[in-house]
Amino acid sequence: MRPFRYERATDAANAVALLARAPQAAFLGGGTNLVDLMKLDVARPELLVDVRRVTPRTIEQLPDGGVRIGAGVTNSDLAADPLIRRRYPVVAQAVLNGASTQLRNLATVGGNLLQRTRCLYFQDITTACNKREPGTGCSAIEGHNRDLAILGTSPDCIATNPSDLAVALAAMDATVQTIGPDGSRAIPLTELHRLPGSEPQHDNVLTHGELIMAVVLPPLPFATRSYYRKIRDRASYAFALVSVAAAIDLVDGQVRDVRIALGGVAPKPWRATRAEDLLRGGPVDEERLRRAAEAELADARPQADNAFKIPLARNAIVRTVLDLVEAAP
Amino acid sequence: MDTEIALRVDGADHRLTVDTRTTLLDALRERLGNTSPKKGCDHGQCGACTILLDGRRANSCLALAVAHDGADIVTAAGLAADGQLHPMQRSFIEHDAFQCGYCTPGQIVSAVAMVEEAATGWPSAVTYRHPDGTDGTDTGPVDLAANPDEIRERMSGNLCRCAAYANMIPAIQEVARS
Repeated sequence: MRPFRYERATDAANAVALLARAPQAAFLGGGTNLVDLMKLDVARPELLVDVRRVTPRTIEQLPDGGVRIGAGVTNSDLAADPLIRRRYPVVAQAVLNGASTQLRNLATVGGNLLQRTRCLYFQDITTACNKREPGTGCSAIEGHNRDLAILGTSPDCIATNPSDLAVALAAMDATVQTIGPDGSRAIPLTELHRLPGSEPQHDNVLTHGELIMAVVLPPLPFATRSYYRKIRDRASYAFALVSVAAAIDLVDGQVRDVRIALGGVAPKPWRATRAEDLLRGGPVDEERLRRAAEAELADARPQADNAFKIPLARNAIVRTVLDLVEAAP
Repeated sequence: MDTEIALRVDGADHRLTVDTRTTLLDALRERLGNTSPKKGCDHGQCGACTILLDGRRANSCLALAVAHDGADIVTAAGLAADGQLHPMQRSFIEHDAFQCGYCTPGQIVSAVAMVEEAATGWPSAVTYRHPDGTDGTDTGPVDLAANPDEIRERMSGNLCRCAAYANMIPAIQEVARS
């Protein structure tokens, strides 16, 4: 690991200021991804600004019925929170399906959203990778790409976003609150991460020095009926091949609202708006679900080894929403 | 970049100067001579380095020592009090729940923490087996002894290349039961 300076921020403004004047600096949360990337020489910060004591560590109900989750809340505390478990089970489930308890005890909500791809080439500095070193090429497109993306890719990058939490938050229409050199702003979770295009080095829209302070979940009564299904190579402690976060609001057998987001298939949490639009306002059955899922996946561009993700994602959408419908009281 | 930090390890206070790059695992093993947490993968993938960090299990290989100044740490060595093995340590021996033993300190620390987590009602992915999520909203204690799948899920962050898992489950069930 390369040498670096360590500073503990005294408050959020101090954290932003410390980073803003150091171009090669990074915020440190739980460190479960960043420290690993520093060991691998993928991340080379000259300064780490520890923000665990300046990002909120509370989960609170808001006057409008929504819930605000502090960015410094650990993944474990988020998943164990009674309010989250009751009101947004898909969020708790997504967190519990990622990593291990040892990692979730360290990892923060803010850090979870900003974790980097686990594409093997990104993590291996002996290979070409446009995300790690722009302009060097993508080793994955001609290489081992079974785990990588089928939607939203570019000729420069086919990496997937590894977060489970982000998929559930995308389905819930969550908002990310930040503070940065230019002040505070709110970013819809679905707009936090970006598609690679010709600049895969930028995972998200945050500017240097912009710090996530909280995630806000809107009041969403039907989210009490929500579910996260994760499909992976082993039963636990592995990244998703495909995952689905879903919630449904059924009234007299008609879909009043439905939320579907996919993980493991794209460079960002993939909100399946096309499928949702086809399902809203009608009945829900296997055939309609299948057509909606196929419409969502119509633009999929698989690589040599990951075409299996198209039927896998289709079937996962169908089964997950049907499970929710069949579990209806 | 050297920094002075304080750590309490297995009940004893230490002051030491560490390079900012030092992980808790390396501070424990190389600086304080406590080799019970093991360096398996050193990337947070195997769990051999698991310690209790301020009461919660954590991968010490991914925690920078400088970021945990003042931390209260318990290692597998510290679980044994007054020369008496911890019940989880005794149960692992009685059930022959290891072969080479390299992952064992991490397994045992992890299992001790897990029993506590389940008692306080922390859910796992297995707790939410039903799609409507209702069982996950029950915040009461989780019965590990009756649900070996809960143990498997909650211990999935500790790998054992000898694959002694089959005997770890009854070893942990016995402690959870008591």
